[in-house]
Amino acid sequence: MSMNAVPMSQWPSDHRYTIPVAGDQDVVSVTIDDKVVQAPRGELLIKVAQEHGTYIPRFCYHERMKPVGMCRMCLVEVEGMRGLQISCATPVTEGMVVRTQSPGVKEAQDGVLEFLLINHPLDCPVCDRGGECPLQDQTLAFGPGESRYVEEKRHFEKPIPISELVLLDRERCIQCGRCTRFATEVAGDPLIDFGGRGESTEVITYPGEPFSSYFSGNVVQICPVGALTARPYRFKARPWDLAAIETSCQSCAVGCRGTLGSTSNRIVRLLGVDSEPINQGWLCDKGRYGYEWVHSDARVHAPMVKKGTGLVESSWPEALEAAAGAIRRVHDEHGAGAIAVLGGARGTNEDAYAWARLAKGVIGTDHVDAQLGDGLPADVILGMPRATIADLDRAKAIVLLGADLKEELPVLALRIRRAALDLGVPLIEVGARDTGLTRDATSVLRHLPGASAEVVTTLVGALGGRKTRTKAVERIVEAITDRDGPIVVVLGRPSVAESSDATVHAASLLAASGHDVRFLSALRRGNVHGALDLGLTPGFLPGRVTLDAGRTHFATEWGSVPGAPGLDAAGIMRGAVDGTIKLLVLLGCDPLGDFPDRALAREALAKAERVVCVGAFADDGAAHADVLLPPTVWGEQRGTMSNLEGRVVRLGRKVTPEGTTMEPWRIAAELAARLGTEFDLETVDEVQDEIARVAPAFAGVDAALVRRARDGAVLPLADHVDELTFGAGSAGAGVSWEPIPSSPEEAGGAPAPGAPVPALALHVWSGDAVAPPASPTDAYSLRLVAARTLYGSDRVVAASPSLARLAEDGARLRVHPRDRDALGVADGTRVRVTAGRGTVELAIEGDPSTPQGTAFVASNRTGPGAGDLVDADAAVTDLRVETVSGSGSAGGAPDGGA
Amino acid sequence: MAVEETRIVTKFLRSREDDSWTFDAARKHNKAYSALEKALGMEPAKIVEEVQTSGLRGRGGAGFGAGQKWSFLPKDVFPRYLAVNADEGEPSTFKDHMLLERDPHQIIEGAAITAFAIQAHHAFIYIRGEFGLGAERLQQAVDDAYANGFLGEDILGSGFDLELIVHRGAGCYIAGDETGLLSSLEGERAMPRIKPPFPAAQGLYAAPTVVNNVETLSTVPHIIRRGGKWYAGLGVNKSTGTRIFSVSGMVERPGNYEVELGMSFRDLIEGLAGGVRDGKALKFFIPGGASAPWLMPEHLDEPLDMDRASELKTMLGSGAIMVFDETVDPLLISWRLAKFYAHESCGKCTPCREGSGWIDKVLHRMAHGLGRPDDLDLLLDFGSNIVPGLNAPFAQTTICALGPSTMSHVVSLDRYFGAEIRDRLAADHATRASLAVTAV
Repeated sequence: MSMNAVPMSQWPSDHRYTIPVAGDQDVVSVTIDDKVVQAPRGELLIKVAQEHGTYIPRFCYHERMKPVGMCRMCLVEVEGMRGLQISCATPVTEGMVVRTQSPGVKEAQDGVLEFLLINHPLDCPVCDRGGECPLQDQTLAFGPGESRYVEEKRHFEKPIPISELVLLDRERCIQCGRCTRFATEVAGDPLIDFGGRGESTEVITYPGEPFSSYFSGNVVQICPVGALTARPYRFKARPWDLAAIETSCQSCAVGCRGTLGSTSNRIVRLLGVDSEPINQGWLCDKGRYGYEWVHSDARVHAPMVKKGTGLVESSWPEALEAAAGAIRRVHDEHGAGAIAVLGGARGTNEDAYAWARLAKGVIGTDHVDAQLGDGLPADVILGMPRATIADLDRAKAIVLLGADLKEELPVLALRIRRAALDLGVPLIEVGARDTGLTRDATSVLRHLPGASAEVVTTLVGALGGRKTRTKAVERIVEAITDRDGPIVVVLGRPSVAESSDATVHAASLLAASGHDVRFLSALRRGNVHGALDLGLTPGFLPGRVTLDAGRTHFATEWGSVPGAPGLDAAGIMRGAVDGTIKLLVLLGCDPLGDFPDRALAREALAKAERVVCVGAFADDGAAHADVLLPPTVWGEQRGTMSNLEGRVVRLGRKVTPEGTTMEPWRIAAELAARLGTEFDLETVDEVQDEIARVAPAFAGVDAALVRRARDGAVLPLADHVDELTFGAGSAGAGVSWEPIPSSPEEAGGAPAPGAPVPALALHVWSGDAVAPPASPTDAYSLRLVAARTLYGSDRVVAASPSLARLAEDGARLRVHPRDRDALGVADGTRVRVTAGRGTVELAIEGDPSTPQGTAFVASNRTGPGAGDLVDADAAVTDLRVETVSGSGSAGGAPDGGA
Repeated sequence: MAVEETRIVTKFLRSREDDSWTFDAARKHNKAYSALEKALGMEPAKIVEEVQTSGLRGRGGAGFGAGQKWSFLPKDVFPRYLAVNADEGEPSTFKDHMLLERDPHQIIEGAAITAFAIQAHHAFIYIRGEFGLGAERLQQAVDDAYANGFLGEDILGSGFDLELIVHRGAGCYIAGDETGLLSSLEGERAMPRIKPPFPAAQGLYAAPTVVNNVETLSTVPHIIRRGGKWYAGLGVNKSTGTRIFSVSGMVERPGNYEVELGMSFRDLIEGLAGGVRDGKALKFFIPGGASAPWLMPEHLDEPLDMDRASELKTMLGSGAIMVFDETVDPLLISWRLAKFYAHESCGKCTPCREGSGWIDKVLHRMAHGLGRPDDLDLLLDFGSNIVPGLNAPFAQTTICALGPSTMSHVVSLDRYFGAEIRDRLAADHATRASLAVTAV
């Protein structure tokens, strides 16, 4: 027996699947078509061959999934083994001699292709895959060229929708099992499988259960034929008409790499790129199909200025002068402290830097916050010991402390799932209710919303060797014994219905545990990390330095910096309400939708004397604007972003913006000029170079490096210089069915020059945090968790027709079925929900993933909901729930939330 | 000299047709579980050794040494499982069917001894879904064995625990492949898995697993009682002991016959089964289940010997012999077999999934007067993409043996009736041409 007994799910894997085989050498010599190559023992033959220039044709094999050996296309001859072997499941061993092009192999390839084509319809002219189809390509390269099959082909109704986004053509399907394996193994949504037998084998969904996975678009990308097509892309383009550039998705902070394809100046698709350290080829559906909003009719295409009671279309010079004039007047009358900038987490790093310089260096205000009360303190995020996404694969353990990652950062959830299931990394979830990763967790530590300290204290104690009687903690201790590596804490904001204090306190307990604990930020918004890194947060200057630490440096670079730390988003809102903040700049944000406390946001907007809005849509916040400046957006402008690990990656420009929009960084530069300071920045490259020169954490990350670094660069560069790979970006729309590789192509190949060291010491989080005061509960109220779900009413979803149909409209109150039953109502009944902030009526729904005593309301919904219940000043939010008729109250009269 | 059966495994069930499956009868009249009692007093390794000595080879089809299979389990890896393959689905095979319905205690005893020998504490009997009565009686037998301390905890005070679970299949041929069976047992679609890893290394739930056929396990108690040497003394060459042959088709007395290996096909077919019925002449016979290549009348004096069968480019397979007389059209038989395999191909490997359907369609037209002159060569040509070389023992481009089985009968057709069929295709074609009928 050459196999040992390690279950496949526990195959040791350093980013690649190997099959354990006996032998002494770590590296073995293999002869492939007379060429001797070296490869790690146990590596799959198909991959070894490919890496050494021999492409073995395949349909079912996908390097991010376990081999299944279905298609039989990759048969090769191995000396000493009887018959032909499938190279996708044959591990390499010392001295192996392989032939991939012998007559026997050629015959087998011919045969498999002839078999595949007997039932495959030749409707290539109207197939989305035509022109970039692996079946076409491999038939050309390896096939017989003609068929001897004269019988009727298999027929099915075609195509049939298997979800709102994906359609299945069973006639075209070649039963490779890529989609079914992806759904089961990678996504953990086993909603499609094979049904039938023989040539009637078909991919099926189960009755009443559509393939409603958040990751369904990936199966369309990896399908080797046109059997799976995506509604947003169907019949939109011919592949050879597409032009594509590589970019990062900005619908969340993972920053998945992809190629953005367009035709006739319209973006028509985004395909995942296999970037090893980031997304390994996968995208979530929100990211994949979220490009539609770029072409939304609701976009504002020209600047607008308030005249009389309404906004009227204007010219850029007039609009910029109006904005600059308003800023100048407020500055002159009330000082810089009367001006505040909210937002900036959805643009590029260059936008963030230019706006930080405008606000802090030109206007002189530190009331700047890119987070809208739904994140974590910049002090923690910018100064905590950081982990990278790849560190998850090798962690001693992963602790989830924060949001439901499947809802907020879906592809990060996939990576964690793989680490837990395939790589055997113990996964510990600390949270108030079940998440998309709960079922994959080694242990789950439940707590009341806003009260994680107790379970985290127990956990930390057990890690330090203290005896525990909690089963869940015992399991953790057992699982991590003998494991090396850092403990990676994925740190986010679990709920906007509680202050961030409890989470920060829990993080401080873990940081002080004496273990090598590193944090991976789970803040969600597209470029929130770039915005924080570049100073769009009170108390900080670009490059992860505090106002005080960077004062001298930036005074030299910029001329001046604010005197004292400013207000955060909640403080700015309150300032606007009490009249100390007179002018609000809304930088790509909508406080009514983004800020958790809607009443406060509404009042702040109403009371602010002047509102300057840089926004792509004339939405609710912009309705208060005196000046509306439409920016160019993702897909329309070049630049960089920083993902949640602090990795700076390139963003590409694929389409020419319609109308007269302007890059936000250029708007900042134009306003600065009108306020008397010339930025002297003419191109994005110049902004990048200035960032690299000025912002300490960005030392070395200039335009030249960003252009060459294949997977971007993690900050600070000095600590991550070894991880850089250089190579040309993969442009071009083709080869979408295979992971588009991000392996180094050695273009220009020289390693990084000695990494520049930051000019200033970067900020370090002290780890101090006070325990939040206990918030006693009573038996009559439910404690609220308010967090996002993937498809809400946010702008990207609402303005993308394909996603909008997936969005749930209106918030629901989700409680444990027993809590619902206690009210004596059925699902869907409207109930009156009262918190300290207000009362709303919501439909109730039983939800076993929400523990008793806890309630969940999705926060990203229009209409009455979480925004009306959450008080920005409260530590937690307690709800009283009553039936609308008032007869079946769950408690007495509401006495207000905590 | 009259030809006789050598009844070992079938002795008891033949002797008490009315109640051989009951616990009381099995205990009283067949000393059921006495071999288990003896085995529990032995070293597990000694049992494996004894079975290796006996030369007992798997009775499911592949004919792999049973004791050898057990010895492949990796040392010190636990838990281990025993899976009993009672998914007898090979067309024309009905020996396990009889053992399940008529002597379930013998199977349970064999399974318990085997589980003890390999130190498995969980055993599963995967019984074919269609076996209603068999499943009923087997379950009753298992319940009785539990009730009487032959299964469960601390069997007969030995300290050995065994849970035995009867699992009914959902009706598909491919669950009879050992890895297909394991997938099905785990609740997945019964699709064979890539080997390696072999079940002995990573089988059920990725744990070391032994999969044995019902007849194989039914033989084990006898080997324990009477010794491996005794069993090895029966039979011929490396085909030791006895086997049950299911003889069917156009014979006078179809049925199960347990005979000592080494007997000739003639003695089995003509002696025991009474020869071809109605005095007709033998045309051909299939010696080892539907998947086995065919043999002709000139092979009747060959012995029932697994290795000799290989030399004759066929196999004894599942031990089922299908007999066809001179009135039969081999093309129709071939088409019927093709239809079966096309229906039962699990759909995993391309050559089998697509090829089996194509073979079915081509043979259909050939058998119905609509063939084309080169159809047989077409079959052989694309069939060689399932079975490279077309030469038994078959190589295969598929994971499991269903692939070669789809072509086995076509190869036989060509080997023994090739010229005849080519003439016929040419004649059919000429007739159609003269009638101006277009080929389908």
